[in-house]
Amino acid sequence: MSQTSSSQPLPPMISKTAQWLTSLALALGALITIYILAKTTSTPFKFHMIIMLIAFLAGIVGIMNMGFYKKGQIEAKPSASGVFYNEGIIKAGVIASLFWGVAGFLAGDTLAWQLAFPALNFDTAWFNFGRLRPLHTSAVIFAFGGNVLMVTSFYAVQRTCKARLAGEIAPWFVFWGYQLFIVLAATGYLLGITQSKEYAEPEWYVDIWLTIVWVAYLFVFVGTLWRRKEPHIYVANWFFLAFIVTVAMLHLINNLAVPISFTHPKSVIIFSGVQDALIQWWYAHNAVGFFLTAGFLGIMYYFIPKRVNRPVYSYRLSIVHFWSLIFLYIWAGPHHLLYTALPDWAQTLGMTFSIMLWMPSWGGMINGLMTLSGAWDKLRTDPVVKMLVASVAFYGMSTFEGPLMAIKAVNGLSHYTDWTVGHVHSGALGWVAFVSFGAIYCLVPWVWGRKDLYSLKLVSLHFWIATLGIILYITSMWASGIMEGMMWRAFDSLGFLQYSFVEIVDKKFYLNALRAVGGLLFVIGSLIMVYNVWRTILGHGDAVPIRYKTAHSDDNDDVADEDKPATKLA
Amino acid sequence: MSKKPQLDEETGVHTTGHAWDGIKELNNPLPRWWVWTWLVCIIWGFGYMVVYPSWPLITSYVKGTADYSQRRTVMKEMADIKASRAPMVAKLLAANLQEIQNTPALQEFAMAGGRAAFGDNCAGCHGISASGAKGYPDLNDDDWLWGGTLELIHETITVGVRSIHEDTRINDMPAFLDDELLSKQEIGQVVTLVMSFSDPKITAPKGADVLFEDNCASCHGTDGKGSTELGSPNLTDVKWLYGGDHASLTETISHSRKGVMPSWHGRLSPAAIKGLAVYVHSLGGGQ
Repeated sequence: MSQTSSSQPLPPMISKTAQWLTSLALALGALITIYILAKTTSTPFKFHMIIMLIAFLAGIVGIMNMGFYKKGQIEAKPSASGVFYNEGIIKAGVIASLFWGVAGFLAGDTLAWQLAFPALNFDTAWFNFGRLRPLHTSAVIFAFGGNVLMVTSFYAVQRTCKARLAGEIAPWFVFWGYQLFIVLAATGYLLGITQSKEYAEPEWYVDIWLTIVWVAYLFVFVGTLWRRKEPHIYVANWFFLAFIVTVAMLHLINNLAVPISFTHPKSVIIFSGVQDALIQWWYAHNAVGFFLTAGFLGIMYYFIPKRVNRPVYSYRLSIVHFWSLIFLYIWAGPHHLLYTALPDWAQTLGMTFSIMLWMPSWGGMINGLMTLSGAWDKLRTDPVVKMLVASVAFYGMSTFEGPLMAIKAVNGLSHYTDWTVGHVHSGALGWVAFVSFGAIYCLVPWVWGRKDLYSLKLVSLHFWIATLGIILYITSMWASGIMEGMMWRAFDSLGFLQYSFVEIVDKKFYLNALRAVGGLLFVIGSLIMVYNVWRTILGHGDAVPIRYKTAHSDDNDDVADEDKPATKLA
Repeated sequence: MSKKPQLDEETGVHTTGHAWDGIKELNNPLPRWWVWTWLVCIIWGFGYMVVYPSWPLITSYVKGTADYSQRRTVMKEMADIKASRAPMVAKLLAANLQEIQNTPALQEFAMAGGRAAFGDNCAGCHGISASGAKGYPDLNDDDWLWGGTLELIHETITVGVRSIHEDTRINDMPAFLDDELLSKQEIGQVVTLVMSFSDPKITAPKGADVLFEDNCASCHGTDGKGSTELGSPNLTDVKWLYGGDHASLTETISHSRKGVMPSWHGRLSPAAIKGLAVYVHSLGGGQ
């Protein structure tokens, strides 16, 4: 495959027709918002329609402006192999990821302090625990995690396919459309708009908007795979594709609802009772499985071998664990409903499939860790590698703990306790956030053209502070979770429950406070990262700006790291 | 790039020949221990499915060899606990409160049940240690609105205060300002008088005693010591349900307070209410 290097590369162009059609679609959307604005009696809904209207109008201006001064030509520099990679979208995604990350971590730590000191609810409706909690979960999972997945998938799919991202407007539509979704979801929670489904709180109109954006995301991703200049599809892209397709399915089914009126934000879910509960936990479980596991494994599969410059440990393992993971994960949702009204048979399936899922999950850990064979010294020398490897270790720990907690006897103790919260956060902070941080630390010098990060010492500091924070978090939650689980079930010799609920809440105070301190350390770490990235973008410290070779200089496709800073000119 | 597999010198393993953006893959086999552990998990999983209820059928489901039912199990556990308590509960119901108090075995049982019921039903307002809060009486002291004997405590728990129970306890203090019974200035005078009951350093203004006599004494008594029969608080001690400072008392007299407590009749079993009465009585202030 060497046609790219032999032919003169052409800079990407924007199609006038596409500009007009997309603008027209947005204009139609704007008309709908104006109609609802005129008809609705709900003030929060009006507020949302105004946000959407402004976003649609800004979108039209933005789209019509693309390539306006350059006769349709898009600003882009070719890489060494002559591909005009779309790097603008990567830069935007990195910044959005960091912004939402810090916002989500801050919201989370606020909640942690509220749990230790309830007075921090300040007796307001807007900032009480009940409204802030979905704000935190959505901000970290969908805003931070979602932006990280989009930016890393957009980067990795271009590089591993040796093709520019499909479409010129579409990737930006996905990016800005997704930010609009986040703003609507977050402001909606604070205003009290929710359909009360965990991790799927946004109401029907926000769900419809996300569906449109997500389908565009799928098209961009598949379109880029379609254009690939490589004969095979790299394993990272299998995971990204599985994530995009499955999340679309989960989102559509779990949010099947009938709005009470076209001009009202409230809707009614079509399922009810235990069926609704099962659909909800099928959704939420696989959001973990496909959003937070499969998607982030895609990140791991690209960034770890790239950063340590070693081959992936086993191709065969990646095939077997990919297919077994996605086949088994989808069954395990009922383990969230053990000892409930869910029929026994469904509980059994949820539990047994969770146990069978253990090794397929660990396949990713083995492939991640063993990729370092021959390069273990980088754990000492490169703090970014340290972060990536720690993330895989936390991944291994959480995916062992998960099946363990899915065993009915264990779940009888752990369910509804802080142990669950600790488990989620060892996965969320240790695995998802750390692999994201590692990937962002890789991406920033690559896309901004810097020799290195501003300071690797600060990366190291971030790593240790955040790791300490995670350890405080999960150990305090283990202690408090197991303690409250034991206390809830304790009977005295006369046959009465030994402890009341409030007594147990009272006993958890110190552990709750310790958890909040752990969270605070994690927030501090993320602020150090923001500072480091900012100085790197400015080109300070070790982040010396470099010039890439252009396509017109001598170019050799066999050079492994052709598009990387290694090929800089003096 | 499709290329021939190469030998990776670090590990001595061949690559698959694929490469993407410089990333290659080694052709390592599946780790043995991984395959075996997975197989064990699968065998265990299917074994469990044979024993316990598992696959759904059209109108029923595979029942499993163990004949397990979660519903049956939990019902049995609940019944067992209930049965273990039954003999003592029967004795508790047969005895009157005084007898319970005087029989060590019954008293211990009533206390355990009362403590458990208190934590889940009462502590939300009165606090885990029953020390109360603004608007929620302290149950550790001997200052009782409705009386502190076993029987009276039992009655208060049963009927509640301003509850839906037909015999509910009600102490109806007027909102003297809202109902235009007293002016702001007069209320100020009464407040100072009431404060002087428990603080000898305060001297009551002239004419306040007449206002008190006309408006308050019918319930609180001319000496301000209140009445547990009417549920009117003693104003001469230093215990205040809504605060004893000038501002709080002004608020109380101007707008009245009208606190509520639910009736526990029908919500808690008769045995639990008896246990609660004994427990609350024992907290320190029982009469």
